[in-house]
Amino acid sequence: MSDPILSVRNVESYYGPIMAIRGVSIDVTPGRIVTILGANGAGKTTLMKTISGVMDPEKGAITFEGDEIQGREPHKIVERGIVHVPEGREVFPLLTVEENLTLGAYTRHDKAQIDRDRDLVFSYFPILAERRLAEAGTLSGGQQQMLAIGRGLMGGPRLMLLDEPSLGLSPRLVQEIFEILARLNREQNMTIVLVEQNAAAALDLADDGYVMEVGRIVMSGTAQELSASDDIRNFYLGVQEEGARANRRWKRRKTWR
Amino acid sequence: MDNLQLVISGLANGCVYGLIALGFVLIYKATEAVNFAQGDMMMLGAFVTIGLTNAEYMGLPFWVAVPISLGLMAGFGVLLDRLLIRRMFGESQTSVVILTIALGFVIRFVAGLIWGHEPQTLQNPLAGKDIRFGGLVLGLEDVAVITVTVLLTLSLYLFFARTKLGLAMQAASQNQLAAYYMGIPVKRVQGLIWGLAGMVACVAGILFAAKGAVDPSSGLLGIKAFAAAVIGGFGSLPGALAGGLIVGVIEPFASRYIAAGYSQIAPYALVLLVLILRPHGLFSQIRLKKV
Repeated sequence: MSDPILSVRNVESYYGPIMAIRGVSIDVTPGRIVTILGANGAGKTTLMKTISGVMDPEKGAITFEGDEIQGREPHKIVERGIVHVPEGREVFPLLTVEENLTLGAYTRHDKAQIDRDRDLVFSYFPILAERRLAEAGTLSGGQQQMLAIGRGLMGGPRLMLLDEPSLGLSPRLVQEIFEILARLNREQNMTIVLVEQNAAAALDLADDGYVMEVGRIVMSGTAQELSASDDIRNFYLGVQEEGARANRRWKRRKTWR
Repeated sequence: MDNLQLVISGLANGCVYGLIALGFVLIYKATEAVNFAQGDMMMLGAFVTIGLTNAEYMGLPFWVAVPISLGLMAGFGVLLDRLLIRRMFGESQTSVVILTIALGFVIRFVAGLIWGHEPQTLQNPLAGKDIRFGGLVLGLEDVAVITVTVLLTLSLYLFFARTKLGLAMQAASQNQLAAYYMGIPVKRVQGLIWGLAGMVACVAGILFAAKGAVDPSSGLLGIKAFAAAVIGGFGSLPGALAGGLIVGVIEPFASRYIAAGYSQIAPYALVLLVLILRPHGLFSQIRLKKV
């Protein structure tokens, strides 16, 4: 295994007095897709915000390509090569598709490269090219998600943090977007950290996975290992057990507790 | 012919309201705060320019003084953001509003201390001249006010639509968090918007003081400009200007055709009407977020 492109060590972040993540460590290997699973409020989004610099950690270290980046301003981190595609899309509603993409490249100045990246985005999301002059607020939810991802790509990242790209989308659209993510990973060698509630789709796409609960990492492994684990099958994939034990499901404890 | 004359002088007044309203909207859009000191910043800009230009003060040539005062007022806006507004980050909007109201008082009294409470006029090259146009007599100042306002609005429009910084300013106002995610230095951008608002206030002040007389309480004009911004939909730049023009044109007509005492109510009655019939203003930019 090569050195991790991103390594998070014992990071603690707070919302005021409330500790949202409690000593989280993860490693992301270059060129792989890593998914972080967990229920609502487990601290997944907080972890992403802490990596992208929108929140500052109280403790711990975040290393990206050998540099410690914890607590830096968000625009420094974007320049450094990490782009965060936030939960709920968060496009700029009154700006056109094209203007949204231009702003994705805000920290960059090489015009030729930016133009190439815009063409790249349009090649992955042809619908955006079609609607390039439409205001982003008039796009459908799926198109907005595509725009959010495309806008992220315009930052020229080597690592993309994707927060809940499937939120509120139809299964067909989720599949379409996940296929594009797989292609980005394969063709552009993009490293991706994917936060998802849709565990089945995420484990299908990802190479590695972590499971978070109440601010801690409780389990980690390759996506196959996680998919095969009984706990994941029961609590995240919703697989029903056979036989007498099925009736006593309410008694089951997760093995990591 | 009389009516046309009224329209034009109304438009010239309306331009000043519109420019102050523009300042309101700029800051509101960028920071979601309402700067009630905008009118007083206009007054301050006027007095700074008078202080630089008029013979009894520094006596600089008009065309030298104007860029200096624009620069000073831009700096004042940036400083205001850096020293006061930014510290209120995370406080409720009410606190910011009260802060700016207090700031308005401070500016008013400081201006009174420095330049006195007498009304003063900016000595400028256009003073007292007029253009005759058929039977129409137009003050050259009125014409200049309208021209400058149109040019300024046009360049602001182009700035916001075409430049990367302008786009970033719009982005920061539409979705602050997403702007952070895109690597836009939101705080710096907001500081620049305060600077821009200071500069626009200064232009309004220069026009106001060139057309008529300014005294430290002229800043209270801000209330009318606020009404203009509300009519325009509080959030749209062209709307703010249009609101200003509407208020400006209504005033002279109201004072001509409606009994004195009632006529002053006209602009505010219009605000009420707009709020009842089109609660988002005439030129609103409100769209629902899709899920």
